[in-house]
This record gives sequence, structure tokens and C-alpha cells, in this order.
Amino acid sequence: MGPDLWRNMPVVSKLAGARNPLGRRSFLGLGAALTGSLALGAKPGHAEPTQASPPADAPWSQSIGAGVVDRPYGRPSDAEAGVIRRNVPWLTAGTESSVSFSPLQHLHGIITPNGLFFERHHAGRPEIDPDQHRLMIHGLVERPLILTMKDIVRFPSVSRIHFIECPANGGMEWRAAQMNSLQFNHGMISCAEWTGVRLSTLLEEVGLKKEAQWAMVEGADGAHMNRSLPLGKCLDDCLVVYAQNGEALRPEQGYPLRLVVPGWEGNVSIKWLRRIKLGDRPWYSREETSKYTDLMPDGSSRGFTWLIDAKSVITFPCPEKPLDRPGQYEIRGLAWSGNGKVKRVDVSTDGGVNWQSARLHEPVLPKALTKFTLPWRWDGEPALLESRAIDETGYVQPTMTQLRKQRGSNSVYHNNSIQTWQVKPDGSVFDVQLA
Amino acid sequence: MFSSRKLALLLCAGMIAADGSLARAAEPGFYGYGDQPTPAQITGWNIDVRGDDGVGLPPGKGTVQRGSEVYAEQCAACHGIFGEGEGRFPKLVGGAGTLTHDRPELTVGSYWPFAPTLWDYINRAMPMAAPHTLSADDVYALTAYILHLNDVVPNEFVADRDSLPKVKMPNRDNFIWVDPRPDTMAKPCMNACADPGDIKIVSTAEGRNVTPRTTGPLDTMQPK
Repeated sequence: MGPDLWRNMPVVSKLAGARNPLGRRSFLGLGAALTGSLALGAKPGHAEPTQASPPADAPWSQSIGAGVVDRPYGRPSDAEAGVIRRNVPWLTAGTESSVSFSPLQHLHGIITPNGLFFERHHAGRPEIDPDQHRLMIHGLVERPLILTMKDIVRFPSVSRIHFIECPANGGMEWRAAQMNSLQFNHGMISCAEWTGVRLSTLLEEVGLKKEAQWAMVEGADGAHMNRSLPLGKCLDDCLVVYAQNGEALRPEQGYPLRLVVPGWEGNVSIKWLRRIKLGDRPWYSREETSKYTDLMPDGSSRGFTWLIDAKSVITFPCPEKPLDRPGQYEIRGLAWSGNGKVKRVDVSTDGGVNWQSARLHEPVLPKALTKFTLPWRWDGEPALLESRAIDETGYVQPTMTQLRKQRGSNSVYHNNSIQTWQVKPDGSVFDVQLA
Repeated sequence: MFSSRKLALLLCAGMIAADGSLARAAEPGFYGYGDQPTPAQITGWNIDVRGDDGVGLPPGKGTVQRGSEVYAEQCAACHGIFGEGEGRFPKLVGGAGTLTHDRPELTVGSYWPFAPTLWDYINRAMPMAAPHTLSADDVYALTAYILHLNDVVPNEFVADRDSLPKVKMPNRDNFIWVDPRPDTMAKPCMNACADPGDIKIVSTAEGRNVTPRTTGPLDTMQPK
């Protein structure tokens, strides 16, 4: 195939020859790149320059790069290969009912790339044929309905930016600082632009009987994962979505169809959604009794604690991204609230003695990640960095001590406390908890 | 022929209905997409069982004895012969009285509030590698066996749609189903909020060696 390919590329060969007197070398280089890309795993630009660049041209400046559709879908630079979702092998029995964490230390802005959106599966990731996928809506409705994906896409569409956070995010820190990592302490949150149909539109299309007060939503995965949702939330802002950041949902995120329940704990945003049943009372499924309930110090438990309270975290510096040397920096972070918009974020560099309000970056959207920054001149002295979110309801993100006083340390879920990063004089950063 | 005024009204109604924000104006069936599911289609997927009263439990029944046989075949490899759990797979038994302890054990016996939920969960999600493949009778039998392992029902218990909702789980009354949060009502102090001398690190992740690597390939954390 190689020589034939060349004959069909007169312009490229001419360009390559004209650009570089060593035309043959260039030919070989490009040929190797093309062959390599066909075989997957081309590594252009990794030759060591003989002279520093500048003043020299780097190798990639003296050769022609791979053409369009070399990677018809596209992927990050090979140099970013370490920017991936990661798991904690000792946390779960296997990877099928488990979690992976988004690499927040490498992300910029408020949108999580689709390949880096955190994962939580209860029975692995099903591979669903979209042509065979169906959504059934029945129970206390006037006209039960079964919809194909084509049907669903025909309904009026909306696009909204919302975070999804697993309520167990930070759950490994209830007793003490344990994970020395931004990714593993906070990476079970991600944020995307979701496109689909409002759940209210579908419920109006089937017509609700007046006894209908709750909806049971169920996935097509092996767990047949199901949760109960009060009708008020369903009619308020829930979305039945087929797209994420402009493309079809990823299989890990529920392809071809998932629910998005803005601002509520992630597990109610049922992935691979196949059924919605209307009822008069909640279902008390395993995932809302045995799991996703909060054990309190007195032995009682709270159920149906759906709301994600306001929370924030400094994403730079962090254990994975320490400081180089004293000087001027920008403290960067993310804040969010399931109760609406983030109103303010304060940052402390002395463990919460003094605070300054950070700059919030537009867009500041309800139930979405919000970016904040604060300029900081680091003098090389030890520092204790913290951020504190305040949402539009006036709720203030608590310290770990304040939260533990109410909740004890056996809750597992809904740890929205202030994260403290200890900065040492050498610039290294550690996860700590303060008295 | 419509008068222009009538046409305008019709268009207006259509626009309101087509606008998601005002979709409440739409009548059921306004879009008319999709099909009415057949009774067989509904029956096939209508698997949910309500936890607190067992609504949705199908006909069938199962004994503790039969449950022990199905359990040995289908469940013991992960959950242990006596429900003690293998590796990090969940324990199904024990933990009674530990919910206020420093290390509580949350099992079917110590934590689950409703017995029908156990039937529902086994039926929909277990066994993990082949979910929703057991017969209703076998799911009843497993439910009876696991409840018996936890001393919640006697050896002669027969699980069915009538008996399961009547089983009173030990932890049933210890759940609050209305979220009482917010837990904290902190005020956002800005300056001199604490005595700097009182700011002490009480725990650190440094040196704990439980954090997987966050660079390079995935860390399997297997001993080298």
C-alpha cells in the first residue's frame, strides 16, 4: 500500500522535497509516520535535537506532520498519556462494581472531557445496541409509552451544563487524612454539557395520574440499577439525555440514554436508562437503603439525602502539582453547589485564620462547576491552603471538624468539608486535616 | 379556512407546547411518538418490588433449606459459605449491635430495613456475572436463607409474597427518610477567625502509602 499511497500524493511529495534539501530523508520520515499511524502508535517528534531549540528548529519544525484524518476521531498528545482516570485497587472487590476518579489536577475550566469523566458502575459498563434500546414509561400514567432512541431525539431538546458528583467523593477522608491526592480525594466529580429532553416533557406526554408522586428510574445494566425520585424534582429540572459535550454519551456514561438529576448525588442520574415507572410512594431499593444512606453517630441512618451541598477544592497547587520555587502564583480551584449557583469562594493560606475572596470566572451556572482563582505570592514559608464555597442560599462550606461534630465519621457519603493542603518549604503539597 | 386570527392562536399554542419551558401546556400524546407497550412488554420489564410493603413480589416461594443449596452454588464463592464475605465482597451476615461502634458492620441483618428489598436486589442484580437469571422460587429461597443466616427468621421459614413483607428487620425503625440537612450553619468569618496557635495538623496523608500513583500507567498496587 505504501508506494501506491505515494503516487497519489504528488502535492505532499513536492512540498516535502521543496521544503527540505534532504528530500529523501523527509520522504522516509513521512512514510514512516504514515506507516506507523496505520499500525497505531506513531510517535512523531520524539527525536532528540542535536542543538537546543531555540536557536535550532525542533525536528517537528523541519518535517511535515500527519495529515487530516490521520486520527479520524482524534486523541490527546502522546505526551498527555498520564492524564487518565485512575482507580484505587484496594477499595473494591473488582473493577465492575467500582469507581474511577477524574484527574482534576490536569483539567482546566469547568468542562470535563468525555474520556476523563469519572466512572461509577454497579455491574460494569454494558455495550448497548442503540437500535434495540427502549425507554418504557408506565405505572400511574394515562398512556404508557415505549420509545426508541429515534423517538426520544425527536422531542424538543435542551442543553444544560451540570456537574455530577458521587456522594462518596471524599468518603475515604471521614476518619483522617488518607489519600495524598487531589484526584483520589475529589475526582468523583465531573461536569459536562448535557443534551436531551426534559423529563417533564416525557411525563406530560404520558400524562400523570393524580396519585403519581414518585418515579422509579431504572437502568439496562446488569445491576438493573434503580432509584426513587420525588415527582417534584422530576418535573423541575431533570433531563433524559443522549449527548454529552456535543457528542453521543460515552458508554461509561450511559450510552445511549441516561438521566441527569442536577445537583443531586450522582447515583440517581441513572445510566443506560430503560424504564421510568410512576408510583404513589418510594421503592426503598437496595441503592437507597443498604447503600447511599448516611449512618449517624447515634446508630440512626438518614435516607433520601440526595442534595449535594456546596463544596470547593483548590486544584492548584495540590499534591500532584506542587510549587517549583517561591514567587508569584495563581491559586486555582473549582466550586459547586447542588442548591444553585456558587455565590462566593474564599481562600485562606494560613489554615483558616484569614480569608480573601477569590475571583469567580464566568460562566457561573447553577448546579455546575465554577472556576475560581486568587493571585498568591508564595514566600517559601509553610502554608495551609483552604477554599470555602458559599452558595446562593447562603450556605457556607463547613470545616471537617464542624461536619464531623454533626455526622461522626461513619457516614461514608456527603463529605463536603473544606480541604486543607499543606505546603512545605520545598514546595511539596500534602493532604492534611486540622484541629 | 382558518381566519388569520385563529391561525395565529393555533401557531401560538403550538409554539408554547414545543417550548420545553412551557411544555406543561401540552396534552398527553401531544407529540404522539413511540408506541403503547404490549402487556407482555410491560410484564417482562416490570420487575420492581417495593421494599416496605413488598408490592410487586411475584408468585412463588422458597425454603431456607432450598436457599442453602442455591446459595452454595450461586453465591458462596463471593459472599462466603456463611455470608462472611470473601476478600472485599460484601459480608451478608453479622454486625448486629455495631452501628454505633467505631467500625460498624453494615449487613443485611444489621442494617437493611426491609426484607422485600433483599428479594428485589437478588432478583435484579445477582448473581453478579449473570444477573436476573434466577427463578422467582430460587430468589425466594435465597432470601429466606440469608435472613435465616442473620437469625431474622427461623429454619422453617418459607419466603413468599405474603411472608416477606411481614418480616420485621432489626434496623427497620432506625431510618429517617426526610433529609434534615443543612448540618452546619457556619458564618463566613474573614479575618482573625482563629488563634494561629490553635491551628494544628491532626492527621496527614503523608507517608501512609495507600495512595495509588497518579503518573504513568494505572497503578495496580500489586506488591513487586
